[in-house]
Amino acid sequence: MSITQFGNKLYTGEKSYPFVGKRKTWFTIAAVIMLICIVGTLVRGGFQLGIEFTGGSEFRVSGIQTDGGPVDIEPAEAILEQHVDENDYIVSNLGQDGLRIESSSVDDDQTNAIKDQIASEYGVESGDVTSSHIGPSWGQDVSNQGLRALLIFIALAALVMALYFRTWKMSVAALVALGFDMVVTAGVYGIVGFEVTPAALIGFLTIMAYSLYDTVVVFDKIRENTAPGSSGSYDENINLAVNQTLMRSINTSVVALLPVASILFIGAFVLGAGTLRDIALALLIGMFVGTWSTIFIAAPFYAQLRKGESIATESKRKQERGAVV
Amino acid sequence: MAKNRTRVGRALIWLFVIAAAVAGLNLYAVQTEDGSWNPKLALDLEGGTQIMLAPLTEEGTSVSSEQLQQAVGIMRQRVNASGVSEAEITTQGGQNIVVSIPGTPDQATRERLMASAKMEFRSVLVMAAAGPAQQPVDPSATGDPAETDPAVSDPAQSDPAESEPAESGEGGGSEIATETEEPTDEPTESDPAPSEPAEQPEPENPSDPAWVTEDLANEFAAFTCDMVDRTKPMPSDEAVVTCDTDNTVKYILGPVEVEGADIADANAGQVPTQQGIPTGEWAVNLEFNGEGSEAFHSVTQRITSLEQPRNQFAVVLDNTVLIAPQSNVVISNGQARITGGYTQEGAEALADQLKFGALPIGFQVQSEENISPRLGESQLMGGLIAGLIGLILVVIYSLFQYRLLGLVTVASLVVAAGLTYLVITLLSSVQGYRLSLAGVTGLMVAIGITADSFIVYFERVRDELRDGKMLINAVESGWQRAVRTILASDAINFLAAAVLYLLAVGNVRGFAFTLGVTTVIDFVVVALFTHPVLQMLARTKFFGGGHPWSGLNPDALGAVYRGRAQFRKPEASGKRAKSAKEATRRQTIAERKKVSAQERED
Repeated sequence: MSITQFGNKLYTGEKSYPFVGKRKTWFTIAAVIMLICIVGTLVRGGFQLGIEFTGGSEFRVSGIQTDGGPVDIEPAEAILEQHVDENDYIVSNLGQDGLRIESSSVDDDQTNAIKDQIASEYGVESGDVTSSHIGPSWGQDVSNQGLRALLIFIALAALVMALYFRTWKMSVAALVALGFDMVVTAGVYGIVGFEVTPAALIGFLTIMAYSLYDTVVVFDKIRENTAPGSSGSYDENINLAVNQTLMRSINTSVVALLPVASILFIGAFVLGAGTLRDIALALLIGMFVGTWSTIFIAAPFYAQLRKGESIATESKRKQERGAVV
Repeated sequence: MAKNRTRVGRALIWLFVIAAAVAGLNLYAVQTEDGSWNPKLALDLEGGTQIMLAPLTEEGTSVSSEQLQQAVGIMRQRVNASGVSEAEITTQGGQNIVVSIPGTPDQATRERLMASAKMEFRSVLVMAAAGPAQQPVDPSATGDPAETDPAVSDPAQSDPAESEPAESGEGGGSEIATETEEPTDEPTESDPAPSEPAEQPEPENPSDPAWVTEDLANEFAAFTCDMVDRTKPMPSDEAVVTCDTDNTVKYILGPVEVEGADIADANAGQVPTQQGIPTGEWAVNLEFNGEGSEAFHSVTQRITSLEQPRNQFAVVLDNTVLIAPQSNVVISNGQARITGGYTQEGAEALADQLKFGALPIGFQVQSEENISPRLGESQLMGGLIAGLIGLILVVIYSLFQYRLLGLVTVASLVVAAGLTYLVITLLSSVQGYRLSLAGVTGLMVAIGITADSFIVYFERVRDELRDGKMLINAVESGWQRAVRTILASDAINFLAAAVLYLLAVGNVRGFAFTLGVTTVIDFVVVALFTHPVLQMLARTKFFGGGHPWSGLNPDALGAVYRGRAQFRKPEASGKRAKSAKEATRRQTIAERKKVSAQERED
């Protein structure tokens, strides 16, 4: 069966997946996944925060000449030893020809001293050693502002959706799916132990937008299928809408994930740890989860909210309300 | 059809007009200002140093955006005056100041920025040469007029004799001339020093030597200027130990008496003679507000008569002593003049620094990031390569999914990319927008979201074809439905971008900005390019005739198999429908063709 034919069958309803019918199963799966994410993060002892949140200094060296193989980190450790306490620094490899050093806060003079020492030790120009210093409140400020932006966005988005779809139930369903996305994406960071950086936070915020975006596309089809005058029940029509937009969901996620995956690939294997990798990772997980949650949570949850209602009475009610106004 | 054709043409003309307008505006920016045809790059891509400063405010208070703007203006002046012309200083998120400097800033530039802290006036208690290697400055010995110790005097008196150098061999003192209407009855250095009590538990006034406890004296003796911590504000109600900005003199200073915020104005000017003729000697005129005048009055009243160095007061900026002029006269009206053999530049620089004190905001470094140009370049290359790979993959997938229709996707993406480039370039020319790595990532993500609009549209058109419509009609009705969905979903995306841009700081903004721009461009392109192009293609034989490679082949889309009346029928509930569905599924293609042919005959 070709993909086009598969699409045809989904459209006619000839082939139909019980997204709505088996909703209890999907909800259970979602609940289990969320539980794993929360418990897993707690067991691991919370999130691994980057220096942006804890405060500290970071050095990066690039362009070190090596005879193949990764850069030897021991000389760098010896240098750091002279400036900070033993447990206050981490030296790690950055790609094939780089190093990344995280340490507790060092002052300007020490920063310059470390830079010079590292540069001469590894035979690079002093300018090729980059440094950053972050006060302990910086990450806190960024995340507080990010959180505030997120809450305002969610409130506004819920309002916009309620107005556009003319029902608050769709907003609720979309937000439930959004909550799932947030927990799972954060959970992956918590369980795997990826560092939470402001870049990861950006990725996280984008996921929120993408998740709602995806939900709106599918809900718009549901709106069409359950418009006043449609035959059949809410359950049937919602399920049909999800199936009819399934091809689009698959195509869109593939198309959206391809660039993100290539960013992640380049970011992780060529550039090493950094903004690109952090954002791409959050996006990759989040976009996948966002698409999943639209199909398996948002739509079935909307059906759940509409349980016991029929399109016919609803449209009649709306007509009456319209007549009064 | 003719009407349709003109509409198609009009849409494409609109698109062209928009692109041309953006390009034209940018051309204008290139011609008149420092516009460019390439977007400016942010530090993380270009290399350089970015310092994020946050105001140090008292708890419960906040900084108004006007104050922040003022601080930025003064910082900009200062840094640019020092020759670092490419330094970019902006406010961000209403609470932060971001300083971006290409390359690594030298110590002087850094200090100039770091000096942007809270200013306060403290009485000098003890003064001594600092540092082992530092030569004590003796102005009388050097004989250099520029080295003359500053003094505070009354501008009204304008007595050139006031600028006599301080006797102390340590130097670093200045003199203040004050503007008093009534002549001072306490001539400089006339009063004998009050007897110093050996042990006094409670200092009586800010100049009381009792502030200098044994501990403090020991600390002072051991103090070297590299111990000055510029980041933490010093306690305002205690005596403190610190150095001057040149690290040549160390001081014990009394508690804060006048806040920099109480300075109403400061400017450089020449000292006039009694007749008002400029003498050519440069001085800084200082003006206090009401509260400041009162406080300053009591300071000068108390210290003018004291012995060296306690007749000096220190202007402390960023925990270091900017100047420590000696007070020659009691100043009651809040107008003082600082003399000391300044050059014009020196006087102006000092006036600027004092004016900055008028801002009751201290700043602290919140984050400082230094990126080497090489790392920046590799990040940019990485981002671009990732984008290219992503784009190629998207093209391959589109062609695979939509056959030649995928070419429309590719062409639309190219148009969207071109428009995005123009808009980003224009904003970079006009608004000084800089593309950061986070911004580039936003653009990559936009590929997916933009392509989704085409996918939604094509899928709707296919749905219409499945319902048995002719392609030309399917394109129209598919568009009617798709445009609603695209508008609604783009609105959500734009909302996210706008909220993030307005409320977030740092990298988040760069990302939100590109996301917002591309969301708008996405809609423009799908409405003014993709749709008209599809309308045109629908009239060609290749697409309109449903060529198997067109991606819009009604046969392949199953349109032939059933009439429109059957729409949604198979979804009818119940076991019967299910078994019927099962039966249909088990039919061979030949059987189904037969069935549908029959249906059409019916």
